[in-house]
Amino acid sequence: MANPDIQPSGASGVSEDAAIQIIGMHKWYGDFHVLKDIDLTVYRGERIVICGPSGSGKSTLIRCINRLEEHQQGQIIVENIELTNDLKGIDAIRREVGMVFQHFNLFPHLTVLENLTLAPIWVRKVAKAEAEEMAMEYLERVKIPEQALKFPGQLSGGQQQRVAIARSLCMNPRIMLFDEPTSALDPEMISEVLDVMVSLAESGMTMLCVTHEMGFARKIANRVMFMDEGEIIEQNEPEEFFNNPKSERTKLFLSQILSH
Amino acid sequence: MPVVEPFVRTEHCPDLPPPRGQTGIVHWIRVNLFSSPFNAVLTIASLYLVYVTVVPLFTWGVLNADWTSPNNLDRACQSEGGACWSFIIVRFNQFMYGFYPHEARWRVDTAFAILVISLAALMIERVPYKKYIGLFVIVIYPFLAYFLFLGGGVLEEVDTGQWGGLFLTLVLAVVPIAVSLPFGTLLALGRRSEMPIIRSVCICLIELPRGVPLITVLFMSSVVLPLFLPPGTYFDKVLRVLVGMSFFAAAYMAETVRGGLQAIPRGQYEAAQAMGLSYWKMMGLVILPQALKIMIPGIVSSFIGLFKDTTLVVVVGLLDMLNVITAATAHSNWLGTNIEGYVFAAFVYWVFCFSMSRYSIYLEHKLHTSH
Repeated sequence: MANPDIQPSGASGVSEDAAIQIIGMHKWYGDFHVLKDIDLTVYRGERIVICGPSGSGKSTLIRCINRLEEHQQGQIIVENIELTNDLKGIDAIRREVGMVFQHFNLFPHLTVLENLTLAPIWVRKVAKAEAEEMAMEYLERVKIPEQALKFPGQLSGGQQQRVAIARSLCMNPRIMLFDEPTSALDPEMISEVLDVMVSLAESGMTMLCVTHEMGFARKIANRVMFMDEGEIIEQNEPEEFFNNPKSERTKLFLSQILSH
Repeated sequence: MPVVEPFVRTEHCPDLPPPRGQTGIVHWIRVNLFSSPFNAVLTIASLYLVYVTVVPLFTWGVLNADWTSPNNLDRACQSEGGACWSFIIVRFNQFMYGFYPHEARWRVDTAFAILVISLAALMIERVPYKKYIGLFVIVIYPFLAYFLFLGGGVLEEVDTGQWGGLFLTLVLAVVPIAVSLPFGTLLALGRRSEMPIIRSVCICLIELPRGVPLITVLFMSSVVLPLFLPPGTYFDKVLRVLVGMSFFAAAYMAETVRGGLQAIPRGQYEAAQAMGLSYWKMMGLVILPQALKIMIPGIVSSFIGLFKDTTLVVVVGLLDMLNVITAATAHSNWLGTNIEGYVFAAFVYWVFCFSMSRYSIYLEHKLHTSH
């Protein structure tokens, strides 16, 4: 494989430090080969930004990590648990992996507070009072504690996405997946969400972000990855990636998204 | 080229009240009833129509009506051109209880009173301990009602052959309604299952009852079914009808629920899965509460339909309220009172169906959280 894995010093092969390991993974939608021979190791505390044109498979890739999509070949190992059809393994992984979606996917019939406490109470079996206390802490952290008793439909897009981030954090995940978290937001709301993500990155969370926010990538990513047509084309440190892209496809993509 | 004139607002424009004639009752009448010459003609024509129908109805039903409850039935309702409500008044108890023994009717009253009080407690928001009241209605109440209605032990036994009137109508409506919601939901979930055997079984259980008229289901359950059972086995007639109607109602309910499930965006399922919720928790906590909200109008329509369909039990010889009334009008003392009987029946059915409809609207408003 020509993937130049950038690894922290001393790490090689199967690593204890690996939060996620993907080895020779393929995925098909019917006849369509959507992910091709993906090899990726994500180390604890690492922050990876994945970019690429639409349809390149980047969302599908991170959705495979918590089994919202099933892969057909290769291995995915998350927190030392391999993803197979074993439901217990899937549940265990989902408890450790939080996900933030493009369209927030808050539960509209529950208040903000209930959205946050649902999984801790029903999955982690935390007592209600304790779950609420924790939820309020996370709402403070995303700077909207005053919205706790409102319904998601009463909040702005940026606020909803911050609630969605807080909701994932309430499960105390070790890994956070972000699937285009700012793509559905009005421009003036993007920064409030990115601010929360930056502070999360600074706290040492392992993060995989599919995003086109290149400023965000420069600021917090350890590694930027470019995907096209189901393949990982190039990955590098952000400075090198943006200033000195190696592949023609990367250059073309960067010129398209940075030209205006 | 037009010249761009720079403009900067320096003063705030205050909120002003709307111009006169844009609000109030006169405005409403003008906009809604007399907005054009054609609408004005329609309004006047409609008023005339209301006049020619309501006035005679009022005269017949109220002004000229006979409200007495005579001791001598031969003298009842001699006046011309008015409704004979004496018929309803004299036979009222029979319309309510059928041939249920007089001295045991308090049991029916008690059972329904308990049900109404519990349901009211569940519907009124301020009442505490809803969880326990709900458990009581679901777990204990069916046995309590069964015991009160049928008797046994300390209570005198009442055969279901003596059941009738509004009492029987309500039993025939409430039981299938209560059974159809949980079973319909299970059938709908089964139909969307990825497991082929469960899916095919559920599709059969939904499509078979839905493909035949209710009247056929009733015939099957009461006439054909006993032919296939070993001789000597006896199922109570009311029980057979209840089983048939419950099946039928559950099949319809399943399709209503499936429609609601399909309206929930995929993202809701994905968010619930990503949080680690199991299938049943995802369905119970996230998907069904949202789906049920969407389905309220559909569910209540099925309930209303089911309530009115109970009159079909005439084909298997059960005397629900409508059939008791029809039978009573044939009595020699009350010949010619069909209209009063049917008006009364229509009124009772309407009160029940309209209440269900209003409650569903209230529920929709209460559950409407996405603004």
